[in-house]
Amino acid sequence: MKIIILGAGQVGTSLANHLASEANDITVIDSDSKRLQELQDRLDLRTVAGHASHPDVLRRAGAEDADMIIAVTNSDETNMVACQVAFTLFRTPTKIARVRAQDYLQYPELFSQESLPIDVMISPEQLVTDYIYRLIEHPGALQVLDFSGGRVQLVAVKAYYGGPLVGHELRTLRDHMPGVQTRVAAIYRRGRALNPEGNTVIEADDEVFFIAAKKDIRAVMSELRRLEKPVKRVIIAGGGNIGTRLAKALEPHFQVKLIDHNAPRTVTISEELERTIVLHGDAADEDLLLEENIEDTDVFCALTNDDEANILSAMLAKRLGARKVMALINRAAYVDLVESGDIDIAISPPQATIGSLLAHVRRGDVVMVHSLRRGAAEAIEAIAHGDQYSSKVVGRAIEDIKLPQGTTIGAIVRGDEVLIAHHDTVIEAEDHVLLFVVDKKRIPDVERLFQVGITFL
Amino acid sequence: MQLTAIQRILGLLLMLFSTTMLPPILVSAFYADGFHLSFLLGFALTLVTGLVLWLPAHRVRKELRLRDGFVVVVLFWTVLSLFGALPFAVGAEPNLSITDAVFESFSGLTTTGATVITGLDHLPPSLLYYRQQLQWLGGMGIIVLAVAILPMLGIGGMQLYRAETPGPMKDNKLTPRITETAKALWYIYLGLTISCALAYWLAGMSLFDAVGHAFSTVAIGGFSTHDASMGYYSNMPQIELVAIIFMLLSGVNFALHFLAWRGKNLNPYLHDAEFKTYITVLSIIAVITTFYLHMNATFDDFTRALLHGTFQVVSIGTTTGFTTSNYSLWPGFLPVLLLFSSFIGGCAGSTGGGMKVIRFLLLLKQGMREISRLVHPNAVIPIKIGGKPLPDKVIDSVWGFFATYVAIFSLLLLLMMVVGLDQVTAFSAVAATMNNLGPGLGDVALSYASLPDFAKWVLCFAMLLGRLEIFTLLVLLSPAFWRK
Repeated sequence: MKIIILGAGQVGTSLANHLASEANDITVIDSDSKRLQELQDRLDLRTVAGHASHPDVLRRAGAEDADMIIAVTNSDETNMVACQVAFTLFRTPTKIARVRAQDYLQYPELFSQESLPIDVMISPEQLVTDYIYRLIEHPGALQVLDFSGGRVQLVAVKAYYGGPLVGHELRTLRDHMPGVQTRVAAIYRRGRALNPEGNTVIEADDEVFFIAAKKDIRAVMSELRRLEKPVKRVIIAGGGNIGTRLAKALEPHFQVKLIDHNAPRTVTISEELERTIVLHGDAADEDLLLEENIEDTDVFCALTNDDEANILSAMLAKRLGARKVMALINRAAYVDLVESGDIDIAISPPQATIGSLLAHVRRGDVVMVHSLRRGAAEAIEAIAHGDQYSSKVVGRAIEDIKLPQGTTIGAIVRGDEVLIAHHDTVIEAEDHVLLFVVDKKRIPDVERLFQVGITFL
Repeated sequence: MQLTAIQRILGLLLMLFSTTMLPPILVSAFYADGFHLSFLLGFALTLVTGLVLWLPAHRVRKELRLRDGFVVVVLFWTVLSLFGALPFAVGAEPNLSITDAVFESFSGLTTTGATVITGLDHLPPSLLYYRQQLQWLGGMGIIVLAVAILPMLGIGGMQLYRAETPGPMKDNKLTPRITETAKALWYIYLGLTISCALAYWLAGMSLFDAVGHAFSTVAIGGFSTHDASMGYYSNMPQIELVAIIFMLLSGVNFALHFLAWRGKNLNPYLHDAEFKTYITVLSIIAVITTFYLHMNATFDDFTRALLHGTFQVVSIGTTTGFTTSNYSLWPGFLPVLLLFSSFIGGCAGSTGGGMKVIRFLLLLKQGMREISRLVHPNAVIPIKIGGKPLPDKVIDSVWGFFATYVAIFSLLLLLMMVVGLDQVTAFSAVAATMNNLGPGLGDVALSYASLPDFAKWVLCFAMLLGRLEIFTLLVLLSPAFWRK
């Protein structure tokens, strides 16, 4: 696939990184040639220096035969104009743009084909905010990922001693919870994937991925570990875009405090937020944290744009008695470093945002992709089309489908109904199928599985 | 200072005002009460004075400056009040001294509703009509003053809504031009008056009383054509209900009425923080009053306690000043509670008096902010009205207003006690005039006639202070204002 990425900022770079490793032809446009040089040294891609929305620059980047442009410069207006230019001059099939300003997003009619032809809008800050919000909603989970508009969720938890299921075979799950439908999609033990079978025994410290309807998530989690108390008090460090959005989303249901060190910024935030207590100070200031009862805080989120500051303030908060701490970490190398230590959850923004873009890069009718375990694994929501002659999946029971190795079908969404996969479940046309792929190399096989044969047109 | 320009405007105003003496002459002719001479005399005197002021200056075409605005506004009320006193002073009835006539006129034009006249039921109808009309004119002046003119001078509760305040009230300068705004408000005011008069009439008042009471209701005045005020209709509860509704409506910011009327929906009310506070405060006080009255068995049954309690709370809370029963004789703390509620008063930009709900709301929020600052010393807490933050300047000005209000209140209270009033009378008289409420407690519960002349003049000053949001008047008393 030929993809042009506009903007070599954080999102642009991590996108390029991810996509270049998947045999795509990537061209990155940015006005900062030094940054482009660094990128080109590191990755197998082409770069073009210039203003991202200028037709000439786009032509030089090969917009004429590009399959997709992804506009993620830090200016909404540049992104929108670039999509318009690509549509009018180059007829680029897929145009993805980042639009941050809420004011634009309030009017979806702006982005129809007749006005601003943007096919997909992404808002990385919003994705990260949602991601953190789900984690706070489900205390104890390492990751919570939505499928089918939130009807089905994939949850990662660490199994602990004391969980009723720990030390038992997976097949006993149904006896433990007669009314609850769930399926374990993958188990990671000491960093390596196991193929979950009925007789697999869950051990403590296993990282378990399971799929269930949203209402059953809590019940399943209680099988794997002692259930944590619901979160009430949250402290957010860093009042940037993500911190402010998160506070806004949290404040109706939780007691939220937000710390920022920039005085004018705190004034702006405090005017924007309703119930959140906005504090001016340093998030790594012990006195300030103690004054604000850090020891009774359920979740401490360090969300500044400085990785090191996030790690340090989260560690400090943990030591001062916060029940759970999360840190926003952009650098991949730090993520591994940190999760083995004091910090409970490391949030990697590229990880959280890349999935929504991957869905459009994948062949076949893929609705949603979530990148897991730092890009090694993927959870995919794909729609099955065709009939039993033209499709490799429709009309077949799950046990009859030739799934690539390391791939499991977790659940099927048929209309509004959520079916947790059993070996004899038969897939029908237009079903949304949720797959868990342990090894990213198998993705092309999965794509092929869902492509409709030539006879079906 | 552009003295000639001011003189021209004043002359114009007086000539305009002189025409308001004409309707009472018609009333006099209709009822044949033989009282038309006082009005004719008043009309002639006012007109001539106006002409004398206007003629020498009528060619002057100078722009008014900000400072002249203050002078005009203050003169508007004082001069009109003085000339408005003419019909009271010259006639055989009600036979008032000059002090009393001026007091009555001030009370009318500032829509206070304090009276020195007893035996209203026996007065000629034309004079009664004239009193009511004074209040109505005063109310109209206040609306235009509060919504259109004071913001230009940088004074008053409406200042809070000025352009620098972001949010839904940004277009509170309702139309781009001040004359258009004044016209729109005038239509609303007239509309409210007509519907109020119709409602009273349908509820059982005579046409004369209906119009008269509609005048003083919509102006949040409180003058009545009967000594017993609304109590005259105590056997007609529907009239009290009508009064409650229209007092409530008139106590609301007229800009909200305008927005609702233009947008043809009720959203402006529902989204307005001041309106919500206004309704909440009045409801809470009404509930307390009703239950206290019921528990003390002041009235025979609960419905009567509910009706009279609510009526009195709305009447005093909005600073109208109608009474059904002598509330100063109600048990224990109720009269004081009601008097205190008049300090909150109506909304900014209404005909109501008091310190205005928006200021009360801001003071409340400021107080709560101080408390949470003690708990979270590092917190940044903005003061918001309706979800929109207010600049500190506005909050400072509210504090300044409150402090001055209290200081002047204490000063006037002491002055009242100097001339020999007892504490309850002195306190309530100052409160009732400064808040433009009307009836007080103690010796001034029904009429101010028994007070010494000096006290009446002081109270006239208090009414003017309250009406002009204090600073408009005080600024004229500061030496800096007069320095060239």
